Amino acid sequence: MNNFFEILRGGINTTFQDAGRTNLNHIGIPSSGAMDTRNFQLSNSILGNKINNPVIEFAYQGPLIKFHGDKINFVITGDVIFKIIKGKNEITGICYETYSIEDGDIIDIISTNKSVYGYLAISGDFDLKLQWGSCSINTKANIGSNNGKKIISGQNFNILNIHSNQLKRKLNFVNTKIEKIRVIRGTNFNYFSDKGVKSFFNDDFFVSKLSDRMGMRLEGSKIENVVETNIRSEGLVKGVIQVPADGNPIIMLSDHGTIGGYPKIGVVISADIDKLVQLSPGSKIKFQEIELEDAETLFKLYELETQNLISQI
Amino acid sequence: MIKNISNLGDAALYCDFGNSINKELNTNVIRYFKDLKSKNINGITNITPSYNKLIISFDLKKTNYKDLKKIIENINLSEKISNLSNKIEIPVCCQKTFALDIERLEEKLSIDRKMIYQNFFNKEYFCYMTGFIAGMPFLGDLDVNMRTTRLETPRVKVPKGSIGLTEQFANIYTFESPGGWNIIGKTPLEIFDTSKNEKPNLINPGDIVIFKEISINEYNEFK
Repeated sequence: MNNFFEILRGGINTTFQDAGRTNLNHIGIPSSGAMDTRNFQLSNSILGNKINNPVIEFAYQGPLIKFHGDKINFVITGDVIFKIIKGKNEITGICYETYSIEDGDIIDIISTNKSVYGYLAISGDFDLKLQWGSCSINTKANIGSNNGKKIISGQNFNILNIHSNQLKRKLNFVNTKIEKIRVIRGTNFNYFSDKGVKSFFNDDFFVSKLSDRMGMRLEGSKIENVVETNIRSEGLVKGVIQVPADGNPIIMLSDHGTIGGYPKIGVVISADIDKLVQLSPGSKIKFQEIELEDAETLFKLYELETQNLISQI
Repeated sequence: MIKNISNLGDAALYCDFGNSINKELNTNVIRYFKDLKSKNINGITNITPSYNKLIISFDLKKTNYKDLKKIIENINLSEKISNLSNKIEIPVCCQKTFALDIERLEEKLSIDRKMIYQNFFNKEYFCYMTGFIAGMPFLGDLDVNMRTTRLETPRVKVPKGSIGLTEQFANIYTFESPGGWNIIGKTPLEIFDTSKNEKPNLINPGDIVIFKEISINEYNEFK
């Protein structure tokens, strides 16, 4: 029997994602990949998949999906409100719990709850054409599976290699929100006035509606630049906080352009990225400066935490 | 040589080669880029060269700033790799509908289009870097009398294949994209081919590019 997902509603920004691409930034191809790495990895781990298996990532409102085929397990991670509809029965879904669905069953991913991204993994493989070693879709550059376009209603996605006789596994995990984002000084830190630096570390910033997979735009105090509002274009990395002439910081995220010409006031530490991307528009952010060594320790702790979670499954 | 290595966040090295923007300095950046790439150093996830910087990103699970910095500082560059650059000819058609900004350029540069094209074609340009949009090459250097600023209001859509000029550089729009460079013509060549798994981009950092003028008939035959 042919197994497939029939997409009845695409949702707002639904894409296939995995760990992304490496070693292509030098020709202008962004890394992409799941925005919230931990929740992406947990979705695969709970089902016993390879940790970087392609999954469906959705933002805010997720997809409405009808399953056709034999039996399959799925799990949803993040802070997500969803239902499973089996004929006349409706079940309210719980994140990090495995569910089985059969021919004709429907998954309705209603929305993320006070967060942005959620993940849907299946006990099988989506039949996807990879591009440069990854399925990750970058809708701005039209790179990745599904011709680099987001998943929309009316599409069908075949599923191969179902392993549904897995034990139904779950994890007790609650996503915590953060307000304080820890940063390391950027390479153009001294471009900004004392006043600018003070407002950067003391004032509140708010996540703007214009945030997406490329970057998070912030609103709040304008950060004053006293040297030069442009630099010679140079490479960027995830987490870099650029401040263009208007004084509003932009944080580079998974689909960020590979080079940029705005001064860098700071870089978000690796350990805080997963939680940062989950902050929805209007959320408050405060920046706190830390040293490189501390950032490295915090990342080790973060990784250890993830490994602990995985071992609890 | 690298003047200074610092950290860009907790998972990248920021290698500074100096302040000026010239071919010698950029050749140095590209030498490092090619050499490091060929060495496949454990933990490195991306190496991004630009005019005068080289950003080396790494997987914090596999290495860290201190260790990788030591490796980069002690590297012996192989002589062979540095000389490998391709020479690529790019056909360009300059008919009116493609040369969107030629009139503006005549005014800005105070030279006529015949002179502009004479200055532009049949000379060697050096690819400083690629990026901004996938595969877009930044080629230099334009003659001093050909240098001017970007459009005040960038175009929302620059057609794919357009050749643009700004300051000392020429570029090629590999996709339709927003942009503010002064457009003088269009190439029928596919500069960036997304269907290619290996080497999707025709022009790489360090390559030499020569623009050749073609007629509209030759342009159409390409398609």
